[in-house]
Amino acid sequence: MPAKALPSALEAAASILRGDERALARLITGLEDGDPAAAGTLRALRGGSAAVGQLTAQVVGVTGPPGSGKSTLVDKLISAYRAKGLRVGVLAVDPSSPFSGGAILGDRIRMQRAEAGPGGGLDPGVFIRSLASRGRLGGLSRATAQSARALEAAGYGVVIVETVGIGQSEIDIARLADTVVLVSMPGSGDDIQVIKAGVMEIGDVFVVNKADREGSDRVVREIRAMLETGATLRQDLALRQGGAAELQPVLKTVAETGEGLPELVLALDARWAKLNASGELASRRARGAAAEARSLLAERALAELALLEPGLEEGLAMEIVRGEREVAEAAEILFSAIRK
Amino acid sequence: MDRKIRVLVAKPGLDGHDRGAKVVARAMRDAGMEVIYTGLRQTPEQIVQAAVQEDVDVLAMSILSGAHNHLFPRVMELLADKGASDVLVVGGGVIPEDDIPFLESKGIAAVFGPGTPTSATIEFIKANVKRR
Repeated sequence: MPAKALPSALEAAASILRGDERALARLITGLEDGDPAAAGTLRALRGGSAAVGQLTAQVVGVTGPPGSGKSTLVDKLISAYRAKGLRVGVLAVDPSSPFSGGAILGDRIRMQRAEAGPGGGLDPGVFIRSLASRGRLGGLSRATAQSARALEAAGYGVVIVETVGIGQSEIDIARLADTVVLVSMPGSGDDIQVIKAGVMEIGDVFVVNKADREGSDRVVREIRAMLETGATLRQDLALRQGGAAELQPVLKTVAETGEGLPELVLALDARWAKLNASGELASRRARGAAAEARSLLAERALAELALLEPGLEEGLAMEIVRGEREVAEAAEILFSAIRK
Repeated sequence: MDRKIRVLVAKPGLDGHDRGAKVVARAMRDAGMEVIYTGLRQTPEQIVQAAVQEDVDVLAMSILSGAHNHLFPRVMELLADKGASDVLVVGGGVIPEDDIPFLESKGIAAVFGPGTPTSATIEFIKANVKRR
């Protein structure tokens, strides 16, 4: 049985559903801070939206190396979806300093063309929130996924999530987004080689941005070749299931001028239609939710460690250093301690 | 709970550069704050929308052009309209001493002129931020 919602949670949820941006912003703050009250508000909000069949936002993840043009691309995507009449929520994650814990969140700078609505005023159909990664290493913050669910429940038809600038292994976005747009660019051939192994496996749509620069065709060819190799390896299976393997689209864009954006939006629409028609959307989201729950569980277990008898961890660590114990044994002892 | 001070550093008006604002933003980052920076030539409407959506504790505005007596009070009005008067608002840039009492009467908590050590601004924020 879900816990009964507190009156304050219901009140906050109702404010958000009435379009109160400040209440929504507060909820995201609470989720990021790990405030239990925020979890209650999210439950009330999603419960209310689910009852009227409103939990249907398309969640688009945009990821790629620093400087590849993710924010500018997002800016253009916001405008494109606004032109279709959809309200757009954006979560933009930037890294926190491992030293001071502070952060400079600068993605909003490049998203201001879209923020301005027709007629020069501000567009009330766009909600942009910058998040600091706060020590998380997967390219997102602790509560990016929960915040995306909040935006969805608040009635934003498209939720765009921009990750921190990534390298090889930041793939949390794959479990959050319905569609992952993997952005690369020419002139960084070595980077492309480097990211091929990990991150290149999570792209649902590949974008070679800054395609007006020399070498963009080569990057497109390399990505296609990689996808074709993968498809060939899977081919037998696909044929037996009665279909040919379908390659992910590889598109060229110049985000700065908007070139290639209509094609990108078409590719995202096609993917979204297919996810819905095939029923894959629900299974993909369920896998993502399970992974998310596991990571919160791990965090919860680590928080329990702080409640153990003082000095236990340090004592074990010294025993390892002195050669009296192995690290795996120490982990077993800590595990037993937090289960008590 | 992990509560960080969130600050919006904003440049209202038509200033041509933002060196000072960037230095302050960097100092705040190094003091453990989360700083949202939105660049040059922001309207009061844009600034207030960003402050609300980003749910900041502090709004730090820098202005060099001399339009502070118009733009700062306008931002305060819009914040009040949005029910966000609990945001701590501070100013900086090139602002004559004589104008400070007027700005303070409009709700600007403090004005930091040229030559203020960044540590003074940070100490002020830490001491005066309204915890929710």
